[in-house]
Amino acid sequence: MIITTNVTKHYGASCVVDGVTLSIPAGGITSIIGPNGAGKSTLLSMVSRLMSMDKGTVTVDGLDVSKTGSEVLARRLSILRQDNHMTARLTVRDLVSFGRFPYSRGRLTRDDEKRIDDAIGYLNLGELSDRFLDELSGGQRQRAFVAMVLCQDTDYVLLDEPLNNLDMKHAMGMMKLLRKAANELGKTVVLVLHDINFASWYSDFIIAMKHGKVAAQGPADEMIRPEVLSGIYEMDIKVHEIGGQRISVYYE
Amino acid sequence: MPPDLSTAHAPFLGISRRTWTRPVLVIVVLSILALVSIVCFMTLGAKGSWSFVIPFRGRKLLGLILVGYSVALSTVLFQTATNNRILTPSIMGFDSLYVLLQTSLVFFFGIGSLISLNPDLHFLLEMVVMIGFASALFSWLFVWQERSLHLLVLVGIVFGIMFRSVISFMQRLMDPNAFNVLQDSFFASFSRVDTDHLLFAYAVLAVVTIAVIRMIPVFDVLTLGRANAINLGVNYKRTITAMLIMVSVLVAVSTALVGPVTFFGLLVASLAHSLVGNSKHKYVLPTAVLLAVICLVGGQTVLERIFEFDTALSIIIEFLGGIVFIFLVLRRAGR
Repeated sequence: MIITTNVTKHYGASCVVDGVTLSIPAGGITSIIGPNGAGKSTLLSMVSRLMSMDKGTVTVDGLDVSKTGSEVLARRLSILRQDNHMTARLTVRDLVSFGRFPYSRGRLTRDDEKRIDDAIGYLNLGELSDRFLDELSGGQRQRAFVAMVLCQDTDYVLLDEPLNNLDMKHAMGMMKLLRKAANELGKTVVLVLHDINFASWYSDFIIAMKHGKVAAQGPADEMIRPEVLSGIYEMDIKVHEIGGQRISVYYE
Repeated sequence: MPPDLSTAHAPFLGISRRTWTRPVLVIVVLSILALVSIVCFMTLGAKGSWSFVIPFRGRKLLGLILVGYSVALSTVLFQTATNNRILTPSIMGFDSLYVLLQTSLVFFFGIGSLISLNPDLHFLLEMVVMIGFASALFSWLFVWQERSLHLLVLVGIVFGIMFRSVISFMQRLMDPNAFNVLQDSFFASFSRVDTDHLLFAYAVLAVVTIAVIRMIPVFDVLTLGRANAINLGVNYKRTITAMLIMVSVLVAVSTALVGPVTFFGLLVASLAHSLVGNSKHKYVLPTAVLLAVICLVGGQTVLERIFEFDTALSIIIEFLGGIVFIFLVLRRAGR
């Protein structure tokens, strides 16, 4: 379980995350939704120790993220962001191998090699494994990074807007994969999502943020309701039930 | 030094073709070239007794290798630490900072501070001050916040100009004798390598090298960017600070020996990256070092023995390096 207590972050005078107290249950997929500037990504960055917090604490299975060694946390929790600005020129396999760094510190064992092969297979990257990342399409690159994170084999997998720049087919593929990872591998997946329909269809639990605070949280079917969503996004949102799933319509 | 050389020189027999990948091949070819330059440097045009020539040229050779080694290593480490391929320690004003420290020592404590102290002790003192200043200044820039590359280039240029202006201001006020003593350190010269501190400098480099070899896997992780490195359990602040300290030491060593060279590091680091074709430090670091040694030792041999020039190598290297810099900036702007 991830527990945040009174987590606060200021950028200059403006308060981006304002005393957030949350508990994210272990297991399943939890999505964080909300309008731009609600503090979703900032909160995720603080939970994953990429960013320091001004106030408050975050614990992951009882480990305080700002006090626990980074190498210990790297075996519990992984984070993948979208702006992967990197100078490295690597093959897919090289990238996935980095997922074993928290365990082997760069000296891969036979067990590591096997796990790397498994992760590559899990994301169907087999025939791409010797290609360089700069030769891949956006969707393939994205899969390679997710393979690295899965290879890291952490209980908690945090992803910041994993559907950015993906077309419908790849976005759906990514969500199905995360669903599979949650169901089969028992991972706890936490996502920042912009598309509320993806959140509705694939998540177990939804947290909505607004103005740096938690506006609402609950199981997906309780959250995807017109009165809840309209308040969060300040627009008229209708919810229809299609094929047993709640789908929001907000086009005008 | 390069950890792969031992395996690279292993017999052709009994080793699968996979061992002879492109990076290994590059390192083998460059090692041969480096060896040839070293032999040529030591033997070409030698007149008189070998018992004089060998130690005389040997000292110079050791100095050049030392400079090439520290410039190559410091540039690659700096680029990895800051996650960019354009900035180098010298573009960010590291070496001007070192010259500024030297100048301030003489300016404030007089020429006596240079002469009365044991030279190695003096060198050590300068290095400690350099480490203090450089790591304070640059960890503030790089560790505490993620900043845009453009801002960093600008800050580096401003720092460089500021350091140089303060240096020239001090020189104007300085006693001419003191100025004379210092003058050597203001201009890069590969033909007049200052070999006073060779032994000490080699000892320092040995320590840095051991640390570097132990950290090679961490360097590879850092090329994935800050967020991914932290995700994989790298203690980011500590690692970057350690790397900036190593860079300060290496810059101090090379600047003390030949003076400030701005674009040489950029030249060898960029060439090394494109020759190796991937960004694994176990290949890139030795390749950059070998390229630097070939440039300096080979270039010096050609200029001294074939064209009988004397001081032009730094100009040629800076010219080529400057072109590479402009090329990199333009290519980046075009993207």
